[in-house]
Amino acid sequence: MNSTNEPRRSTSSAAIQASLKRRYARERRFQWYGRLAVLTGFVFLFILLADIVSKGYPAFTQQYIMVEVDFDKEQLGLAADATAEQIADADYLGLIKRSLREMFPEVTSRSEKKQLYRLVSMGAEYQLRDMVMDDPGLLGQTREIWLQAHSEAGSYLKGQVAADSDQADRKVKDQQVLWLDQLRAAGRTESRFNTTFFTAGDSREPEMAGIKVALYGSFFTLLVTFFIAFPIGVSAAVYLEEFAPRNRLTDLIEININNLAAVPSIVFGLLGLAVFINFFELPRSAPLVGGIVLSLMTLPTIIITSRAAIQSVSPSIREAALGVGASKLQTVFHHVLPVAMPGILTGSIIGMAQALGESAPLLMIGMVAFIMDAPTGITDPATVLPVQIYLWADSPERGFTEKTSAAIMVLMGFLIVMNALAIYLRKRFELK
Amino acid sequence: MDTPTVFLLLIVLSIAGFFLGRRRSRTVVAGEGGARALHSLPKHYGYMAALWALLPALGLLLLWMLFETSILANIVIGELPASVQQLPESERGLYFNQVVSYARGAVDASQLSDVQVAAAEHYRELLAASGKLKALLVALMAVIGGLLALRRIAPALRARNHVENIFKWMLFACSFLAVLTTLGIVLSVLFEAIRFFQKIPATDFLFGLEWSPQMAIRPDQVAASGSFGFVPLFVGTLLISAVAMVIAVPVGLMSAIYLSEYATRRFRSVTKPVLEILAGVPTVVYGFFAALTVAPFVRELGESMGLSVASESALAAGLVMGIMIIPFVMSLSDDIINAVPDTMREASLGMGATMNETIRKVLLPAALPGIVGGILLAVSRAIGETMIVVMAAGLSAKLTINPLEAVTTITVQIVTLLVGDQEFDSPKTLAAFALGLVLFFVTLLLNVIALYVVRKYREQYE
Repeated sequence: MNSTNEPRRSTSSAAIQASLKRRYARERRFQWYGRLAVLTGFVFLFILLADIVSKGYPAFTQQYIMVEVDFDKEQLGLAADATAEQIADADYLGLIKRSLREMFPEVTSRSEKKQLYRLVSMGAEYQLRDMVMDDPGLLGQTREIWLQAHSEAGSYLKGQVAADSDQADRKVKDQQVLWLDQLRAAGRTESRFNTTFFTAGDSREPEMAGIKVALYGSFFTLLVTFFIAFPIGVSAAVYLEEFAPRNRLTDLIEININNLAAVPSIVFGLLGLAVFINFFELPRSAPLVGGIVLSLMTLPTIIITSRAAIQSVSPSIREAALGVGASKLQTVFHHVLPVAMPGILTGSIIGMAQALGESAPLLMIGMVAFIMDAPTGITDPATVLPVQIYLWADSPERGFTEKTSAAIMVLMGFLIVMNALAIYLRKRFELK
Repeated sequence: MDTPTVFLLLIVLSIAGFFLGRRRSRTVVAGEGGARALHSLPKHYGYMAALWALLPALGLLLLWMLFETSILANIVIGELPASVQQLPESERGLYFNQVVSYARGAVDASQLSDVQVAAAEHYRELLAASGKLKALLVALMAVIGGLLALRRIAPALRARNHVENIFKWMLFACSFLAVLTTLGIVLSVLFEAIRFFQKIPATDFLFGLEWSPQMAIRPDQVAASGSFGFVPLFVGTLLISAVAMVIAVPVGLMSAIYLSEYATRRFRSVTKPVLEILAGVPTVVYGFFAALTVAPFVRELGESMGLSVASESALAAGLVMGIMIIPFVMSLSDDIINAVPDTMREASLGMGATMNETIRKVLLPAALPGIVGGILLAVSRAIGETMIVVMAAGLSAKLTINPLEAVTTITVQIVTLLVGDQEFDSPKTLAAFALGLVLFFVTLLLNVIALYVVRKYREQYE
């Protein structure tokens, strides 16, 4: 028997060997597909972050040009006893223009002058005005002053524009490049950390635009969101976990919460527009309405995570409290909630981070206005950081592209801090 | 008085209620053995008085705040001269808005007519009177509520149970807010959508092949004001979502399989959170990335191959949306694959199958319903995604399934129709709500099906 089976077994074993080889090769290929998929995700993430950082980091520096300014009273049209109001209204733009002309006396033609004036920012006249307002003694004196460069001149000084490229392709003209090179050679240009970006509101001029208003708006909006969503979300979670009877109404509530978690955010914007703005006539563009809408949107997240946190509290704690005569409510508020709090806070912070990055519903309720002054309360018109990013992304000027990326970096910085906090809390919670 | 002051007053009254209630509970039992004779602790009587003072008055305050402006506005508008009354609603609204902003001190009188200034003065007076009345009524309500509670305090009163019952109702009200929100969404979009369908027949909307709402130039042109055919938007939305799914499903699913079946614990614990960063990036950032980096890249790539690619191609928007959805698909499929019992894996491996045979012939067929559910959830996310398409997809509604062309989506149209100056009642703005209604129901349907499928699948293995 053995002898007759021998050859057949060897052929089948050869076939098996061959198929095994095939199967192992396939196994290895499959594993590589998996690695490739993970790698693809990494590559996308890397490209996204690298793109934004590389576009955004130049926005954190700002270029200045030193100009010798003669605070001539006659040029400003001010008498010796000028009032503060007259000083505020004086012609500082003319002063700057004259100073620039004096620096480059060879410039005579109208179009060249125009180009010359475009070296410094439109905001420079306000800079001079503020200086004189602070110290009227400056009048009649001559000073060397660092003036902010125009965004186009600034982008040349930052090295973003190659001087040998075709003049038609760039905003900085050859003549301006020549002047800027002269200034740089004379040590009259300087690069500083961009404080304007954090202390100014929105502006039509890239070099004068900042995110202060958006930061204030985001802060007020999140404040409203937190004070609405956190108490209501935790209460709802407590009710559903600890008190809700098993009946149809409870089922209805649970189904609703799960569905709301998956409703597109823009639909919440429609709700806000129809109910809070058109029906209740709350102010448009205000952090109040934005906060209410975002809190409705983040409620499901907070409820679901809080429920999970409450669920994970060991029953022995409840039983011990009930055993010594605490009522159900006392058990929950004195014993269960404090233990579940880190988990609840983790969920709430994640919900807040979601709200901070959200922009679609806020477009619906009019938080897209052009706002220069920081809001002082929750009913003032405001914009938020993501919406500011959206607005700047639409602007064609090159200067705004870098501002947009820089604003994105600030926004992502906040999100990273919030998420890190959430992870830290979760880690501590797990140790218990 | 302004609202924060009234609110503070209310809090003060409520705190006073607490102390009065606590003291009264002690005095009623002073002769009968002290606090021991009480049913509850003295502080519970205090809470009770405080809540009775607070809650009804707070309700009144909220109602007052919600309706104050619209009632006052109606009074002032009612007193405006007949010539203003006869203006169309939008112009009258504008006229009145000037009055309000003058009353608030936001504009100076030079921009307004005398009638408006007079109306503004009147409005300001009414506002002040309403403020005083509000403070008075709210305070009165709080005092009456508190006194009622104080009167009821007696040794046999079960104050703790009473307070806890109130709390339970408050907790219930908080969770019922979810139902109210859904109801609010449905009613607000439905109400405006019905007004839209009164102007534009529903069949034109649902089956029309052309979408160009921007044509309403004169108000008397309503019937001829552009066309509201919804089909191109729907096809555009599906096209972009399909591109997104083509990216997200293979990458997400394979990553999930690799991380749950092959990767070491350490690799997994590092990789998963990093990939989940993709889910935490705000959508406006993806939109910026799509519009400024991916779209030009796709366009150049296409042109180097001799294809004509629109600068706002569906491909670019879909690609970036796909990146956004990768972690979503990954964590859903990860959960689903982990829910397959280990016995099935072990049986297959024990029979001599390799790991990938086990995955493809045992795990995936077993997990298929769950994965399909997860993908449906991802599709619903893609359909409802707004910022990426607003920034990177086109505005003109073209009926095409070529991903290299520019298409528009439901969400893009909602945003374009509603952002900026708007007059209500025009079919243009109402159309946005009709689109919102469709969007809400499509995503709701997908979610309900997906959640049902996933739950059924889970039950199978529990």
